[in-house]
Amino acid sequence: MSDKITIEIDGRTCEAAPGEMIITVADREGISIPRFCYHEKLSIAANCRMCLVEAEQGGRPFPKPVPACATPVGDGMKVQTRSRKALDAQRGTMEFLLINHPLDCPICDQGGECELQDVSMGYGEDVSRFTERKRVVKDEDLGPLIATEMTRCIHCTRCVRFGAEIAGVRELGATGRGEDMRIGTFVAHTVAHELSGNIIDLCPVGALTSKPYRFTARAWELTAEPSIAPHDAVGSNIQLHVRNGRVMRVHPRDNEAINETWISDRDRFSYEGLNAASRLTAPMIKGDSGWAETDWQSVLHWVADGLQRVVADSGADQLGWLMAPGSTLEELYLGQKLLRGLGGRNIDSRLRQQDFSGDAADPALPWLGLPIADLEQQRAVLLIGSDIRQEQPLLAHRLRKAALAGAMVGLVNPYRVELTHPSRQLPAAPGRLAAELAAIAKAAGAGGRSSLKGLIATADSGDVHAEIAAALKQAGADGNGLVLLGALAEASPDFGLLKALAYQIADATGCRIGFLPPAANSTGAAFAGALPHRLPGARAVDVPGLDALAQLTEPRKAYVLWGIDPAHDLIDPARAVAALAGADLVVACTAFRTPSLEAVADVLLPISAFAETSGTFVNAAGDWQRFQGAVAPPGDARPGWKLLRVLGNMLELTGFEYASARDIHDALAAQCADRAPDNTPRAEYPVGTTAEAADGTLMRVGNVPIYAVDALVRAAPALQRTPLSAPLHLQLHPADAEALGLQDGDQVEVAQGPARACMPVHVSDDLARGGGRIPAAVPGSGQLGAQIGPIRVAKVSGENDQ
Amino acid sequence: MVKDQNTVCFRTMHLKEKVRHTLDSYLSVGGYGQWKRVLNERPDPATLIEELKLSALRGRGGAGFPTGLKWSFMPRSAPGQKYIVCNSDEGEPGTCKDRDILRWNPHQLIEGMAIAGYCIGATVGYNYIRGEFYEPIARFDEALGEAYAAGLLGRDLLGSGVDFDLYTHLGAGAYICGEETALLESIEGKKGQPRFKPPFPAQAGLYGQPTTINNTESLASVPVILEKGGQWFLDQGRPNNGGPKLFSVTGHVNAPNNFEVPLGTPFWELLEMAGGVKDGKALKAVIPGGSSVPVVPGNIMMNTDMDYDSIAKAGSMLGSGAVIVIAEGTCMVRVLANLAHFYAHESCGQCTPCREGTGWLSRVLHRILHGHGRPSDLDLLDNVAGRIGGRTICALGDAAAMPVQSFLQHYRHEFEHLIEHGRPMEQAA
Amino acid sequence: MSFRNAPLAVIHDVDKDTLFTPEIRAEIDRHVAKYPPEWKQSAVMPALTLVQDHNGGWLSRELMDQVAAYLDMPEVSVYEVATFYGMYDLEPVGRHKVCVCNSISCMLGGSEELMQHIEHKYNVAPGETTADGKFTFKEFECLGACRHAPAVMVDKTYHECVTPESFDKLIKKLD
Ligand SMILES: Cc1cc2nc3c(=O)[nH]c(=O)nc-3n(C[C@H](O)[C@H](O)[C@H](O)COP(=O)(O)O)c2cc1C
Ligand code: SF4
Ligand code: FES
Repeated sequence: MSDKITIEIDGRTCEAAPGEMIITVADREGISIPRFCYHEKLSIAANCRMCLVEAEQGGRPFPKPVPACATPVGDGMKVQTRSRKALDAQRGTMEFLLINHPLDCPICDQGGECELQDVSMGYGEDVSRFTERKRVVKDEDLGPLIATEMTRCIHCTRCVRFGAEIAGVRELGATGRGEDMRIGTFVAHTVAHELSGNIIDLCPVGALTSKPYRFTARAWELTAEPSIAPHDAVGSNIQLHVRNGRVMRVHPRDNEAINETWISDRDRFSYEGLNAASRLTAPMIKGDSGWAETDWQSVLHWVADGLQRVVADSGADQLGWLMAPGSTLEELYLGQKLLRGLGGRNIDSRLRQQDFSGDAADPALPWLGLPIADLEQQRAVLLIGSDIRQEQPLLAHRLRKAALAGAMVGLVNPYRVELTHPSRQLPAAPGRLAAELAAIAKAAGAGGRSSLKGLIATADSGDVHAEIAAALKQAGADGNGLVLLGALAEASPDFGLLKALAYQIADATGCRIGFLPPAANSTGAAFAGALPHRLPGARAVDVPGLDALAQLTEPRKAYVLWGIDPAHDLIDPARAVAALAGADLVVACTAFRTPSLEAVADVLLPISAFAETSGTFVNAAGDWQRFQGAVAPPGDARPGWKLLRVLGNMLELTGFEYASARDIHDALAAQCADRAPDNTPRAEYPVGTTAEAADGTLMRVGNVPIYAVDALVRAAPALQRTPLSAPLHLQLHPADAEALGLQDGDQVEVAQGPARACMPVHVSDDLARGGGRIPAAVPGSGQLGAQIGPIRVAKVSGENDQ
Repeated sequence: MVKDQNTVCFRTMHLKEKVRHTLDSYLSVGGYGQWKRVLNERPDPATLIEELKLSALRGRGGAGFPTGLKWSFMPRSAPGQKYIVCNSDEGEPGTCKDRDILRWNPHQLIEGMAIAGYCIGATVGYNYIRGEFYEPIARFDEALGEAYAAGLLGRDLLGSGVDFDLYTHLGAGAYICGEETALLESIEGKKGQPRFKPPFPAQAGLYGQPTTINNTESLASVPVILEKGGQWFLDQGRPNNGGPKLFSVTGHVNAPNNFEVPLGTPFWELLEMAGGVKDGKALKAVIPGGSSVPVVPGNIMMNTDMDYDSIAKAGSMLGSGAVIVIAEGTCMVRVLANLAHFYAHESCGQCTPCREGTGWLSRVLHRILHGHGRPSDLDLLDNVAGRIGGRTICALGDAAAMPVQSFLQHYRHEFEHLIEHGRPMEQAA
Repeated sequence: MSFRNAPLAVIHDVDKDTLFTPEIRAEIDRHVAKYPPEWKQSAVMPALTLVQDHNGGWLSRELMDQVAAYLDMPEVSVYEVATFYGMYDLEPVGRHKVCVCNSISCMLGGSEELMQHIEHKYNVAPGETTADGKFTFKEFECLGACRHAPAVMVDKTYHECVTPESFDKLIKKLD
């Protein structure tokens, strides 16, 4: 960076970098300059004219007031932000902004937190000199998340720039000109981007507000509680705005290293699920006449007795224990401690994985491989099996920045992922992904360890493989290349092989390797030891227990399900439901009642959901982020760690004397003090054969849509109404559809082994040939089998058939 | 009387109307001589720019910025594409001169642009012509075709290794696209919203590359300046005000027309050339440089010469050289309301003061004109205009403000009369 | 990266050969060729003009979307352009467009009277189309023909020094 210069603002001497804008320096110095269009994350528009200041350079005053947001500083510049001239200019702008702005603050949702209101307090003249008729602007329906009141718009264009620059889709525009300029979509279509809610924060006035929050509270009635977002591995820093023990809305908290100033719509609007009718509010027990409410004391005794009986009668190995990877670190730690205290071994939190052949080779504490912010600096990234915008919206945003700065982003996926930046995509059906990777490995000159040699040598490398390999190599040599594995890779029956190849490519190109942990605390689960082959601190287990899938394929006599809906949160719902239904005892600790839980469980224990308990999440980058509960759980529901503590005590296990979540955190942290995430594999990955579809079958691609990822999101009504949440359907490549005699809209029955479900067909060449994309974790998908696995498709003759 | 009319941009005017615009006609007056010389001799661009500086040619688009100086800002030998862009958007009310250059002497503009490209290191040029100019566009395109066919445009011209490609880009009805950076945005396929400066076009212009934008008349003047020398051009006008200039004399005159006369020609002479005030009426006022500049009362104007510095002394600006003549008996409220309507209609809408303020001014004036004015309106107008001027991204804000302030300064009594009596002091337009 | 100088290309999932006619496509392509390859959107104005000309003088939402698709632009960027410039009409128009200049020189030359004449005689207000669909009457800001005021543009032809009488003759000659 070039040398520092000195400037003077309001008489204060400030250091600045040449070329910085006045407003940047002023902000750093805490000198406030009013502004509407300027936003540090957006390009400079300089159109609102609110930040006008007086300036002089080299003793020569600028003839006109200059916009602080767009005027670069020069050495020795003197700036007056509150001189008579500056204030007059600012007042003038304020008056213009207000003449056509409705004075409806008392009914405006932005009231109390409106930038226009705030600034006008300081500048506005009381008596309006504007006596002409005010402009009225028609509203547009932007969909279920964003409410509009466009008459209030002050045309700062922040929302338009957000779309073009951050989201990468121009949904909003400024049409018309002069005073007829209007912000909107022009054609009234629903905005459909996973970060769209950020324009609510960006809008300085009440033109764009939150639809779910609308008219529910006033800003000054809310208290803000800091928290950590629970739906992906970013760990976005958020604020929960609470009134009367209820979360009313969610806002981002700035954290440059993690979420900058953004949050995903999923993190912003999922709070609605907290108040869903499906919340479990009292312990329930299944009797002969169905479900009945009970009290904690008796139900816990009943559970403790039940668990002890299974251990006594059949051995602790007959206990299966599955925990959602979005549980808190404290829950995961106590959960495994309880099971292991009983002598059990079968615990897992990798619920959407089916190939565990790599367990022995896997790094002890897999992670993203680099700090989140460093994603932007990568020059080449290969994404394997990841629909990253749906899985980790803000990581996708970082990658987009890298791509716009010229990075190569290559993707090997079962379908073409919709991105808003240039990319090189190699869509291939699930069984063919390994071949694509082998082709890249070959182009990168990877020799291949003995077991992969054949695969790589026989791979068919084309131009795109070569381009990707070359970009990775070049970036690898400069230390900014990355190979990332995502949720679709993890769900693959070839996960071990994909990992083996990913490591090969990384080795051959000098790139780093990274994992996209699927949930808010997947990384934490490894620290906490909520895995069959890892103890707390990721220490190895002598005799590993059964993994998540094996617990179901080799059914146990008793199960504890933690935060899990069997129909939606496990990789093979049909098999899961069968195994659970056959068990003697199923204890479900859950925040939500769901049909599949009610079908298979014996007791339902209400635990707190996100925002209702304190805890810790460890994000993809290995950051431990603690948070406090902001509201009480509903009814008799209790924080999960307390339930586990009481149960531990009832079972007379040692080490359950914690007074607070903090104590639990500290106990685990002590065991992890010398542990850091590290992606070095611990052994060579075993290489089996690839799972290619047999003749006459397609390979199901069961991606988890963005708003299906966990129970809280699935219970959030506004998110469920967005265009991003699609109902159950089968997507087919046109060639496959033709071969099957199917057309868009046809109704089909899909069979996975004995499991069956009916759904409509969508034909799209985004999907690779040989694949059949059927989303997982959406209503109706619970009847089906593995997220990725062979399916048979048969047309259902219905009325539309002649 | 002015002797030397039509010596620069209008030097083909004496030719037969039917063939005036053709390549042959242009060659017959010595056209393309300078471009061919440049291609044959490959002179140092710096010497050409020096010649221009000596000529004191000032931008004819309105701002009057010295053209030679503007060209010298271009990083001509820096790598990367550079562009020369001609501003034929001609939308300033009262101005109709560039249209006639395009219609009657298009080749001279082409030659000027080619030479400009050579001087600033641009191998590509665009001529942005307003979309309504169907006939002038056709003429210019025809001339482009002739020039390409004659090997005067294209690649490796006359074996010199010099490339120059020239294209037309058409507007579609937006005055603001005459503002140079709005014009660039428009070429980039966007709304014509002016860009904030810095960066200036010479640093980052069209497609982010260094770009020079000049008015049609400025560029069309270049071949003659190089042919006859910078000193000759300077001598045609006054110091710091080189050359002849086109004046569009319109409004209340008997023979409105474009006149190419030396800068410094007295206004009264120009008025005489235009046949004097219509119907023998007395001169009331003149807007001497296009609708954006302050109005000057007739008596002051009669003692003012038509050059940048003299008109500035008279309290106005030469602007685009559009001289709008207003006869006695004209209601000045009506005139101002018309101007205010124009700016409100043409504001691009991005800057708050311009978007909100121009509409406000226009509505208040409309109200006054229709007999619903209030005494407080006049101070309001003056004050609102003051809050627009100097506070916007582009000069449209100033253009909207200046007429208001100057009309109130000189003709306040007419506004007061209308407010008080509900009808204008002067009945005619 | 600034939004201003980066074209935001969106690849549309349509076969470009199904858009417009081969002639229009060829004509648009001729314009596209004037600009750097990554700046196809520079041709949006000529493209809209062409498409409007071939559509009886106005642009439908579908046509704007097609232009967006053809030039790989976001639709809303095309709407922005189409709503910004005065020569695009987004509603159906009459068989002819009659644009009367209302700016200062033409006003001083009598355009207000001319417009009143048109409103009364043809029973059409600015922005409207005559009942017989013959012409749409548009008020235009300065046409740049100030010296022969008042100026009227009928479709693609300028008529200068127009009086109410000469205007009527003009209209009579239109089909
Ligand atoms: C609102 C506005 C409208 C303008 N319209 C024109 C125009 O129609 N033609 C023109 O040449 N310059 C126009 N200009 C001036 C240009 O911005 C620019 O200064 C000029 O084209 C530069 O060329 P020159 O130096 O040769 O005069 C306009 C400026 C403003 C602020
Ligand atoms: S001053 Fe007016 S026309 Fe110029 S940029 Fe600002 S809003 Fe647009
Ligand atoms: S904040 Fe500077 S002009 Fe808007």
